[in-house]
Parts: sequence; structure tokens; C-alpha cells
Amino acid sequence: MNEKKYQQLEQQITPKPPYVKNCLTAFLTGGAICLVGQFVALFYITFFDFTERTASNPTVATMIFLAMLLTGFGYYKKIAQFGGAGSAVPITGFGNAVISSAIEHKSEGYVLGVGGNMFKLAGSVILFGVFSAFVVALIKAILVGLGVVSW
Amino acid sequence: MVEKRGLLTFNSKPVIASTGVTMGPLEMKKSPFGKYADKGYDDERCGLKTNEQGHAKMMEDACMIALSKVDKTPSDADFVLMGDLVNEMTPSNFCASTIGIPFVGLFSACATSISSLLTAALLTEAGMSKLSLAGSSSQHNAIERQFRYPLQYGSQKAATAQWTASAAGVATVIPYIEGAPVITCGTIGIVQDMGLTDPLNMGAAMAPAAADTFKRHLEGHGTTLEDYDLVMTGDLGKIGFELFRTLLDQWEYNTGNTLRDAGAEFYGKHPEFLAGASGSGCSASAYLSEVYDKMLAGQLKRVLLIATGSLMSPLSYQQGDTIPCIAHAVEIQMK
Repeated sequence: MNEKKYQQLEQQITPKPPYVKNCLTAFLTGGAICLVGQFVALFYITFFDFTERTASNPTVATMIFLAMLLTGFGYYKKIAQFGGAGSAVPITGFGNAVISSAIEHKSEGYVLGVGGNMFKLAGSVILFGVFSAFVVALIKAILVGLGVVSW
Repeated sequence: MVEKRGLLTFNSKPVIASTGVTMGPLEMKKSPFGKYADKGYDDERCGLKTNEQGHAKMMEDACMIALSKVDKTPSDADFVLMGDLVNEMTPSNFCASTIGIPFVGLFSACATSISSLLTAALLTEAGMSKLSLAGSSSQHNAIERQFRYPLQYGSQKAATAQWTASAAGVATVIPYIEGAPVITCGTIGIVQDMGLTDPLNMGAAMAPAAADTFKRHLEGHGTTLEDYDLVMTGDLGKIGFELFRTLLDQWEYNTGNTLRDAGAEFYGKHPEFLAGASGSGCSASAYLSEVYDKMLAGQLKRVLLIATGSLMSPLSYQQGDTIPCIAHAVEIQMK
């Protein structure tokens, strides 16, 4: 049997990922995480001296803290198996990527283990996040310079 | 033309005198093979500091159990042949350092369970070994970390993904005695590469290797599928096993009920393990527990064990290389 024929057979037998179901569970999971985040933000606005704009910093920190607890106790990966992108895209997914790497590499010590590997997965998120922010800002600066839009 | 290369026949009839099988806590609880294991642990790390140390400990205990069943100590053994999946096989190296038996590390990925048995049988056949240990092991946390993401990282796994089993299986191989299963022959696999690249669908990549070795073994040794009570593949998993079966059907073998796959059965019907188990401990522990016990009890007379291994590394697949796979076969008979 040649490679092509086998790859066709493999495609036939391997079950297709249930895209519709995955989208739905991702929507529900991501939505639920954002709902919690919204409550946390409202909590900071209502009980502390934060505005809608400034509340985002403590909210992000709180959400990452929750993700840390869930990761440490082994629940986050279960949520992720159900939620897919819904749990990976929000800030909690970023937190999970950092924290899971930190836990994993603790056995190699704090400097070379935790320190050196903590951003193993999240590093590319930071790099490409910063880079896309730069590109978007550049586009906007050009548009403002041309007088198309204003800041 | 019948392929005659890579065939092994053991005329002196080396036997498997005893086995030692150890399993992690999850496997003891969820695996149908758990009840055949000699020892289980409450803790994945066997009470030690790191996963890799726990991995070595599981292997070491399996060796000691196999030896104790034939009333021997490590100083009686001529060779130990074993391997695992961690970089440079450090768990096996540390285990070998503790037990102090002349050691050769073997790597055939998850097919090491068979390549080690075949090598031990060869040494016995050549008259250079009165007692050899052969086996392989894997530990979930150590292997997942090596090949995939951090353990607690949340990523959605597809239905094709397999769960690395925490288990070790070791056999003692000695010259012929009555009343023990005989290693009669074997076939060394030829690496097959069908151009698949998904490391989370290794069963599909390995199935052609299993099918090729199966066909070469039957044609080369002149047997038919009906001669066997059981043909058991190692860790193809549910998807890979189905592909293996389909390939055999296409070659018009009457597959029926003689085919089983240790990986597909390893975690019973628990859906959270997706396509089933993988890892070099999976096939070793299944073969040397249930299959071996049933041979001793006379329920199985002649079995063909085919363990498959995917010979890739995280580096090779990240660089876009395909997944080359191997399958080795051993035939065991109980008179």
C-alpha cells in the first residue's frame, strides 16, 4: 500500500473533530469565564475606588489567581478538555500556560527550572501579542497622520 | 516473494520463567490489567522526589519481583535488557545502576517490550545467558512532559490522542525448562513511514508497521492466523487498531476474534482516556501480566505479540518530519 492510499484510509477511519460541538462548548466556557471576570470587575468598582477603566488591572490579577488555583488542583485541564479555545483564549488560559510550566519544571530548581521554563509556552503569546500591538498602533498612527481618523 | 530477512527462530526454546509487573495508582484503579499486576503504588512518584525517580523505582521493583519469583537475586542474573522513553533512557540507567546487573539499554520506543525479549532470547540461545531480565516501562508524568505539554496545561485533546500508561513489565528469560511459556520465534520489524505527521495520532502512524511485521512473521515462519489463540498488538489504541484490522482485512486475513490491542483495552471503557493507552510500559505490562498468566494457566497455547513504537522525538516533529514507526513480533508457545 502506498503512502497516499494509506493516508486516505487513515482520513476515513480517524473520526473528524466535532467542530460544531467544539464551537458551542468553547462559546459556553469562554462566556462563563468572562462572566466571572465581569462580576470581579463590578466587585472592584462597587466596593473599592476603581473606575471601569482602572478596574481591569485588579480583575486580570484576580482571574490569573483563580486560574492558578484551578491549575494547581488539576481542574483547569479538565475545563480545557471540555472548553477548548474557550478556556485557552481568555487571560486565564495565559495564566494556565505560565503556571503549568512553572509547576512542571520546579523539579529542576528555581533558576534554571521555574525561571527558565515558565514562559516556555506563554513566551510566544507575549512576543506575538506585543508585535501585533505594535503593528496595529503603527497602522493607526499612519491613519491619524493622514487625517483619516483621530486618536 | 516471501521476505526472509529479520526472522528469528529459537531452536533451544528459551522460556519466560517469571514476570514482574508494576503499575501506577491510576492504572491499578482503572485498568482491567490492574488486577494482574504484582504491585501497585498509591503515588505516581512512588514516594520519591521526581517523576523520573518514580519511573526508575517502578522498573526496579518489577525486576526484583520477577527475580524473586524464581528465587534469584540480581547477582544471579547475567544480563538486563531494558529501555524507556525518557531522554537518554535515564530511568532505565538508574534502575540498572541500583540492581547492578550487566546492562544494555535498548530503544525501540514502545516496541522495546518485544525487542528486549528477543535480545534476551538470543543471548540465551547463544548459550551466553543462564538468566536474563528483559522489559520496558513508562511513567505518565515523565513521558507526557518529554513529548507534549506540561501536565497541567489545558489543551483540548482529539479523540485520537493516547494516554501514556504508568507501568513496568519485566520478564526473566532462561534456557528451556518444563512448564513455562517458550519463546519460539520472532520477527524484527522494518521501519515504516507512511508520511503521517500528527504526534497526537500515533496509532494511525504505527498501524502499517504492525501490519507489515504481522504479514512478514506469518509468511516467513509459514503460519496462518488460525494457528494462534491470540494476536495482540501493543499500543495502537482504538483508532490505530481499527486501521490495523482494516489493513489485515484488505490482505484477506480472517481476523475474527483473535486480535486484541493492549493500548485500546488498557483503560477499559473510560472515555477520558480517548483512544487508549500508549507507552513502553503499556505493552510490557499487559503481555507479562494477563497474557503470561493465561498461558501459564493453559488458557492460551500459542500467541503472537506485536509491539509497535513510533520513533520520533519532539524535535523531529516540530521540524516537520514524518513519524517513522517500528513493530517487533515475538511468538510464545505453551506446551
